Amino acid sequence: MSLRNRELLNLVVVGALTALGFASVYIARQSVVSTASLSYAAFFFALYLVAHLVARYAVPYADPYLLPMAALLTAIGLTEIYRIRPGDAFRQAVWIIIAVAVFAGTLWALRRDYRRLESYKYIFGLTAIGLLILPALPGIGTTVNGARLWIHFGSLQFQPGEIAKLCLIVFLAGYLREKREVLAQGRLKDFGPLLLIWGGAMLVLVETNDLGSALLYFGIFLAMLYVATGRLLFTGIGLALFLAGSYFVYTQVAHVHERVTIWLHPWTDQKVYCALTGHMALRQDCGSYQLVKSLYSIASGGFGGTGLGKETIETTQGHPLIPSLNTDFIYSALAQGLGLIGISALILLFMVFVLRGMRIALLADDGFSKLAGAGLTFGFALQTFIIVGGILRIIPLTGITFPFVSYGGSSVVANFVLLAGLLLISNRANAPREA
Amino acid sequence: MNRQITKLAVASLILLAALIVATTYWQTWASAGLAEKQDNAIQRVAQFRIKRGLIRAADGTILATNVRRKVGGQTLYFRRYPTGRLFADLVGYSTQGRSRAGVEQSENAYLTSSNANLSTIFNKTIDRIKGVTITGNDLILSVRPSIQRLANQQLAGKCGAAVVMNPKTGKVYALASQPTYDPNLVENHFNLIKAPGAPCHPAAPLLNRATDGLFTPGSTFKVVTATAALDSHKFTPESTFYDPGYCIEYGKQVSNAASPDGPVESFGHPTLALGLQHSINSVFCNVGKALGAGTILEYMKKFGFYKDPPLETPANEKVPSGLYNGGRLFFPSHPATQVDPGRLAFGQERLAVTPLQMAMVASTIANGGVAMDPQVLNRVVDAGGHTVVRIQPQKLRRVMSPQTAGEITSMMVAAVNDGTGGAAAIPGISVAGKTGTAETGSSGINTTWFICFAPADHPQVAVAVTLENQTGFGGTTAAPIAKLLMQAGLSSRSKK
Repeated sequence: MSLRNRELLNLVVVGALTALGFASVYIARQSVVSTASLSYAAFFFALYLVAHLVARYAVPYADPYLLPMAALLTAIGLTEIYRIRPGDAFRQAVWIIIAVAVFAGTLWALRRDYRRLESYKYIFGLTAIGLLILPALPGIGTTVNGARLWIHFGSLQFQPGEIAKLCLIVFLAGYLREKREVLAQGRLKDFGPLLLIWGGAMLVLVETNDLGSALLYFGIFLAMLYVATGRLLFTGIGLALFLAGSYFVYTQVAHVHERVTIWLHPWTDQKVYCALTGHMALRQDCGSYQLVKSLYSIASGGFGGTGLGKETIETTQGHPLIPSLNTDFIYSALAQGLGLIGISALILLFMVFVLRGMRIALLADDGFSKLAGAGLTFGFALQTFIIVGGILRIIPLTGITFPFVSYGGSSVVANFVLLAGLLLISNRANAPREA
Repeated sequence: MNRQITKLAVASLILLAALIVATTYWQTWASAGLAEKQDNAIQRVAQFRIKRGLIRAADGTILATNVRRKVGGQTLYFRRYPTGRLFADLVGYSTQGRSRAGVEQSENAYLTSSNANLSTIFNKTIDRIKGVTITGNDLILSVRPSIQRLANQQLAGKCGAAVVMNPKTGKVYALASQPTYDPNLVENHFNLIKAPGAPCHPAAPLLNRATDGLFTPGSTFKVVTATAALDSHKFTPESTFYDPGYCIEYGKQVSNAASPDGPVESFGHPTLALGLQHSINSVFCNVGKALGAGTILEYMKKFGFYKDPPLETPANEKVPSGLYNGGRLFFPSHPATQVDPGRLAFGQERLAVTPLQMAMVASTIANGGVAMDPQVLNRVVDAGGHTVVRIQPQKLRRVMSPQTAGEITSMMVAAVNDGTGGAAAIPGISVAGKTGTAETGSSGINTTWFICFAPADHPQVAVAVTLENQTGFGGTTAAPIAKLLMQAGLSSRSKK
């Protein structure tokens, strides 16, 4: 079977699963089977069929599992968003259409040779910083939950940081490919442009309070530096610097100190000062409210879960029990609905995605492609770890999106561009050599 | 670079695997601990997905049922109480805002099928696997709506309580407390629960006076003193006393009549039997001094004083009866010096008792000296109609010899036939009873009592009635109510 036919077959399976998921939520909520759930799935399938046809033409030799996996993840996310707030599901569906269009456009534009991007690496680097600064500009920037991450055009909100991440990876791949030999010797001078652009990005992130993204960018940077130079020492120094820097920030910035305290001691027996209200309160009723409520949701899922659509996420009056459930905390809702079995399967899906991505980087035959492939894939894995690890109290919680799953337009678009990148690299690596 | 990419791949997988490990921790090891957290609203809401069992009276009348409501796609079950105020204090309520009270609280395990009976565990597991709504077990109580309704009607507009029970089995037929409330208002209209015009302050409509209200027992306590006197063989019913119309307590005269300004009424040389029949304080004052407070306290404990009555209501809705000092239950370590035996003997001192406890005293005499556990629960039935458990009558202990019980019964019959309790007499049936008129401290305002049982020779029903802030006496205010309740108890028995 050809690669693309395999992809098509997988998409059919995903389409069936989507129908099942929507039907499950629909039945649980309305106690009736409706054609609405099927039409959602049919629409979804048609959308991905278009994506598939574009892939069939533009990247015939690309990995056949990535697109169906991305489809499945968005379907799971959309199903849960539909469960949490049906209105949001419609908006998310619109964003998925836009994302697939951007995906198709990217494949189409770069179908001949994406490697020409390498020559624009500095433009990408500067664009990344420019995008990151945008939300800080007065007039178009919006502050959400204490972090300035958003820009708005009219009613449309967009998080440019998501796209900046991709630009930065392209810059790093290009720069590291060119300078990897000299960098490996550890000449400080060669680090100049690298530290300049990357340092600029970090500064902007810290300034805008986007700690999750700062951690993500730092991780991607260290990982790509390691892949390029093969020197663990750099990674070690980087980690040491990071820990020292984190400690410094922890002692100096109240916002960060608060995050760490919440992480270490979410429950208190005595009332403590609550910065949100200015009164004394138990920490679980104040700073760690979200975290604790989300843990209750995960815990109540147990082994088998309540089933999609049967999660307890509202009070008996219909008020939400967990704030930001469809964005930051969608994992908690899914963990309750799917239980340990289902949520483990979801994480396994992420693992397979990462394995396929790393395989693409391994098979690629030029440095730029290898670095870009590894950077994109590791970024995907690390982002998942930062948000879910924060929810599960492995690390302090920072607001960052759950790739493909959580509600949010910019995130979905960026992840589809990431997917397009991986498919392009994969297509080139698998294509038959021209003699 | 492939070596590094492979290592990076492994690192990525380790990061993701850590997520599975952590999720496993929260969903298995930690989940029980989190479920018990006070602020775990998910658990609280999840309780409302259970279809709680019904609560029924002995005749099948539904006292608590469910209303199904869809909220945000989930089916929730909220409580409704079709009989409203009728059984409010006993049945209680189950709400989200104010949690639970009454039998709804104490029998929550049965009502939500979380009890440990094997058949329940099996059914619940099947339901859970099938994904259907978990249905709780139904409770069948021993209470009878006809008697309860009569009790509420008779107490209406007053502050007080009445307990009607079967002395042989301890099964409670009625447990009324006034003023009361409508349990259907608790969830959303709690501020509407008031008792305007109730002749007592605070009116406390949520207080179950029958089990949680403390009152001075007055002369009804003479039954306890008489039991101690006879059963300890220190006195006989024929023991004779000198009654000048008062007794001397620490050099002061304590008069027989409730009103100290009234004419001194002297009975000359009455027997102990006559003392109970006419409720002569000076007789019991002397009995108390002769017995000593220690002996009386010993018999109080045998009757169940100083312990929460073993009724199946929540512990925080019951209080033990006994001496109270500064609002706290007080058991003297040196009764001889700490307690005034004369006042204790006729039910004053610092005595505070619940109507339920006094109903138990009457029942114990009626049951030949054996106290039974008071019970409101008859049966627990699962959703399929099968009996999960049948609650058998439980003997608390033998308090006195059958002979003593017989002698006290005769004295109480005399009190109704030719004494203070004449208003409780039922034509054709021999009734045993004892009045009580307790001073409250404010002159002319009394707590009045009547405890009784009938028929005296083969008792089928025992009653205690208490009324607060009365200007009359036990024999004129409480005894007529007790009479009606006994009649209702007897007729509802004969019909069955």
